[in-house]
Amino acid sequence: MAVINLRNITKQFGDYRAVNNVSLDIADGEFVALLGPSGCGKTTLLRLLAGFEEPDEGTISLAGQVVADGVSRQMVAPEDRNLGIVFQSYALWPHMSVARNVGYPLEVRKMLRAERDRRIREALSIVSLENYADRSPSELSGGQRQRVALARCLVMEPRAVLLDEPLANLDVHLRETMQEAFLDFHRRTGATMIYVTHDQAEAMAMADRIAVMDRGHIRQMAAPETLYREPSDQMVAGFVGAGAVLPVGDITLQNNGRCAVRLGDADISARICARVASQTGANDALGLCLRPEDIRVDGHGTLAGKVEDCVYLGGRFRLAVRLANGHALPVYSDLRARIGENISLSVRDGWVFSRQEAA
Amino acid sequence: MQAVERWLATSGGNMGGNRFSDRLLPLLFVPVIFISVLPMLRLAAEGLFVQGMPSLDYVRDVMESSQTWRATAHSLYTAALGTVISVLIGGAFAFLVALTDIRAKAALVFCFMIPMMIPPQITALAWVQLTGPSSALLNAIGMAPALGSPQPLYSAEGIALLLGIQHASIVFLTLRANLRLLPREQVEAARLAGARGGRLWWQVILPLTSPGLIAGTAMAFVTALGNFGIQAMLGIPGNYITLPTLIYRKLSSFGPAALGEVSVLAMLIGVIAVIGVLLHHHLLGKRDYRLMGVVGRPLDIRLGARRIVIEILLWAVLVAILVVPLMALVATSLVPAFGVRLGFDNFSFDAFYQVLFVQPATIRAFHNSLLLSVGAAIVLVGMCLPLAYVIVRRPSRLTKLVNLLVEIPYALPGVVLAIACILLFIRIPVLDISLYGTLAIIFVAYLARFLIIALRPVMNSFMQLDPALEEAAQACGAGIGRRLRDILLPLAAPAAAAGALLVFLTAFNELTVSALLWSAGNETLGVLIFNLDDSGDSVLASAVAVLVVGVVVALMTGFQLASRHLPKGVIPWQS
Ligand SMILES: Nc1ncnc2c1ncn2[C@@H]1O[C@H](COP(=O)(O)OP(=O)(O)OP(=O)(O)O)[C@@H](O)[C@H]1O
Ligand SMILES: [Mg+2]
Repeated sequence: MAVINLRNITKQFGDYRAVNNVSLDIADGEFVALLGPSGCGKTTLLRLLAGFEEPDEGTISLAGQVVADGVSRQMVAPEDRNLGIVFQSYALWPHMSVARNVGYPLEVRKMLRAERDRRIREALSIVSLENYADRSPSELSGGQRQRVALARCLVMEPRAVLLDEPLANLDVHLRETMQEAFLDFHRRTGATMIYVTHDQAEAMAMADRIAVMDRGHIRQMAAPETLYREPSDQMVAGFVGAGAVLPVGDITLQNNGRCAVRLGDADISARICARVASQTGANDALGLCLRPEDIRVDGHGTLAGKVEDCVYLGGRFRLAVRLANGHALPVYSDLRARIGENISLSVRDGWVFSRQEAA
Repeated sequence: MQAVERWLATSGGNMGGNRFSDRLLPLLFVPVIFISVLPMLRLAAEGLFVQGMPSLDYVRDVMESSQTWRATAHSLYTAALGTVISVLIGGAFAFLVALTDIRAKAALVFCFMIPMMIPPQITALAWVQLTGPSSALLNAIGMAPALGSPQPLYSAEGIALLLGIQHASIVFLTLRANLRLLPREQVEAARLAGARGGRLWWQVILPLTSPGLIAGTAMAFVTALGNFGIQAMLGIPGNYITLPTLIYRKLSSFGPAALGEVSVLAMLIGVIAVIGVLLHHHLLGKRDYRLMGVVGRPLDIRLGARRIVIEILLWAVLVAILVVPLMALVATSLVPAFGVRLGFDNFSFDAFYQVLFVQPATIRAFHNSLLLSVGAAIVLVGMCLPLAYVIVRRPSRLTKLVNLLVEIPYALPGVVLAIACILLFIRIPVLDISLYGTLAIIFVAYLARFLIIALRPVMNSFMQLDPALEEAAQACGAGIGRRLRDILLPLAAPAAAAGALLVFLTAFNELTVSALLWSAGNETLGVLIFNLDDSGDSVLASAVAVLVVGVVVALMTGFQLASRHLPKGVIPWQS
C-alpha cells in the first residue's frame, strides 16, 4: 500500500501531449477511477505509473520514493516497482496453467514451493477459482480469465493495483459480478487501486474518487457525488451524468452559497461554485447545470417548453424538452407526454459554474 | 563517432528502459555485423583497390569487356522470364488453394513445396536426364530425340523454365500468407455490390493481394538471379553464360588472380539485386492495404463443374514439374552402364551400391551436410530469438539498419557471398588463422546467408504477440532474462521451430555457396552431385540425387505426420 504522487507529469508522443502537466495525489488504500473519453490519455497515465513509459517532464513517487523523474531521467524499472497491473486483454500466458500464471510473481521472487502453493490457493479462493488451478487459460470464460489476472496481481501483494478497463470486454451481467469482485477485493485487502474506465456508471459505482481526464489534462478530481452535483467545468458537466448546461448571464448572489438565476420567465435558485461566487464581475461565461432529477413536470411551473422526444426507461419516461431559448433539457416524468406538447416545468435545484476552461 | 552513436541510439518508440541490461542489447548486433556486413565490405575492397591503392582499374576492365554485358543481359533475361513463369505457376496455385473449394489441398500444397526443397542442380539434372537424346526414360519408352540432336534445355529458355519451376513455391508461399489474411467479408462485400467472375478477381482480390504478389515476385527474381545450380548445369554445357557462371568460370580458370574482376562482377549482381529489392520496397510503400475485419474461415469460392477440370490441371502440372523429372532421375540412376538403354530386365542398383558403400565421399558428404545444416539451424535460432526481440521491441535507427543489412547476404547470389567469405576468412587479421579449406568457412557463410530465413518467422511472431503479455511479466517483477526465458521463448517457439526447419531443409541441399568453399574432405551433398555430373558420371550423380531427394521427402513427410503433435505453425508449408 502506498501513497502515490504525480507532479506535473507530461508525456509526449512526437508533438502530441498525451498526458499534459498532470498532478495527482492518491492516498493509501484509496480506490481512484480515471474517467475520460477515448484517447484522452488514461492508458498512457497508467503506463507511466507502471513504468512502461518514461515521463518527459515531472516526477512520480511511490510511498515517498521517486520512481520516475523527467528531468534527471531516472527510472525505476517496472519490474522493481511492485505494482500489480490488470490489462484489458487479461494478458494471461497461454502456455502456463492457471496456477502457474497466478504463482509467477512468487516464482520470480524465488519463494519456496510450499509457501508459494499456499499463497496461490489463497489468491484463487479470493476470486473463487479454487477448482480451476490446473486448467489452461484458454479453457476459461472471459470473466474467469479476468479473475485469474486479478489473482495474479494479488499474490504479489503489490503496493497498488492498476486496472486498465478490466471489464470492457465483458457482457453487462458479468460486469456487475466483476465490479463486486473488485470492490470486495478492495475492502478485504485495503489495496490502493487505480481503475481506468470510460464508463461513468462503473466509475461512480466503485471509486472513492474519480479523476476526469480530457485531452491529457485532469479536469476535476473529486468524490463521485461531488463530481455529479458540482462539476467544475463544462467538459465535466457534460461528460458525467445526464443533464444540460445552459449559458446564463444574470445571477444574484445569495449568502448561503446559493444564487438566483433568471432563466426565461423563471427564477431558479441554484448552488454556486465558491470560486465563481468570489469573483464578481466575470459573470459573462457562466453555466447552469441542470440534472433531470432536479426538474419536475408541473402544471404550475414557470419554465415553459415543448416536448421533442419521449423514451420509456422502465418505471419512468425521459423527455427531451426544448426551451424557449432554444436549449434542450432532459427531464424525467412519470407520465407519457405527446411529442409536440407544450408543458411547464419547475426547477428545484441547479449548479452554477464558470464555463471558461481553467487550464 | 559519438555523434554516430547518439544518432543510432535515438529510438523510434521505446519501452522506457535506460537500464544496464538494455544498454547491453546492441552487443547482440556484433555477430550480425561480423557475418553479414564485413564479408561484403571486404569484397568491395578487393574490386576497388589495386595493390593496396584505391583504383578503378578493375571496374574499367570489367565494364569494357563485352563478355560482362553479354552475361548481364543473359542473367536479366533468364531471371525475368523465370520470374514470370514462377508467378504464373505459383500465383495460380496460391489463388486456387486459398480461395476456392478444390479438394485435397493439403496434399497439393505438400507436393508443391517439394520442388523448392530439392536442390536446383538436382532439378536441372533430372530435367536434363528427362529431355536429352540419351534420356533413360524416353529411351525406355522409345521416344527419345535422335542421337546427336541438341539438348533443348541447354538454352536461355530452358534455364528460365527451370528457374521458374524452382521458385514457383516462393511466390506461392508469400502470396498464400497474404491470402490467408484476406477476410472473407471484403470479398463478400464486393459480391454483394454486384462484382462477379473476372471483375471480382481483377478489381478486388488481385489488388488486395498485390503486396504479397509484389513481395513474392521480387523474391523470386532475386533468387533466380543468384541461382547457380541451374544456370551452371544448363548454361555451361550450352555455353550460355550468365553472371554467376561467369564468376565461377573466371575463378576456376584464373584462381585468385581473378579476384579483383570477380569482386566487380559480384558488385554488379549486387546492384541488380538491390535495385530489385528497392523497386519492391517502392511498390509496396505505395500500397497500404491494411486488411480490416476478422480473419475467419477461409474463402471457398465454388468452382462448380469447373472444379474437376481445374483439379486435373493442377495435378497434371505437379506431375509435369515434379513426378516426371524425378522419374527420369531414378531411371538414370538405375542404368547398368552409361549409354546402355534401360529396360525392365536390365536395371541395376550398382550405382547406389557404388555411392553408398564403395565411394567414401557420399557418406562423408551426407555427414558434412547434415552437420552444417543442423548446426546452422540451431545456432541461427539461438541468435535470432534475442535479435528479433530487440528489432521488434526496441526499435531504433540501429535496429532498422540491421534489419536491412541481414537481407543482403540472402539477396546477393551465393557465389558472391562465398567469395566474400573466402576473402575475409582466408587469413583472419588479428588471430592469424585461416578458415579456408575447413568446414568452418562453409558454416560461417551459411550463418550469414540463412540468418534472414530464421529471423523473419520469429520477428513475425514477436510482432503478433500482445505486448501486454510481456508487460504483465514485467509488472510481476521479471527482468529481461526471465521474460525471455519464461514468456517470450515458449510463445515464439513454434515460429523458431519453423525457421529452424526451413534453414535445415535449405542448407541441407545447398550448392551455390559451398561450390566455391568446399575442399577435399569437406564436400557437401550439393558439391558432390555437381562434381560427379561435371566429370561425366551422371549415373552416380543421379544415384546420389535420388538419395538426397529421398531423405528430404522422408523428412518432410515425417514432419507432416508429426504435425498433429507439434504446436501450430511449426510446419512452414502449413502456416
Ligand atoms: N505509443 C504511442 N505512440 C504515439 N501515440 C500514442 C501512443 N500511445 C498513445 N498515443 C496517443 O496518445 C493519446 C492517448 O492515448 P491513450 O491510449 O492513453 O488513450 P486512452 O485514454 O487510454 O483511450 P481509450 O479509452 O480509447 O483506451 C491518443 O491520442 C493516442 O493516439
Ligand atoms: Mg486505453
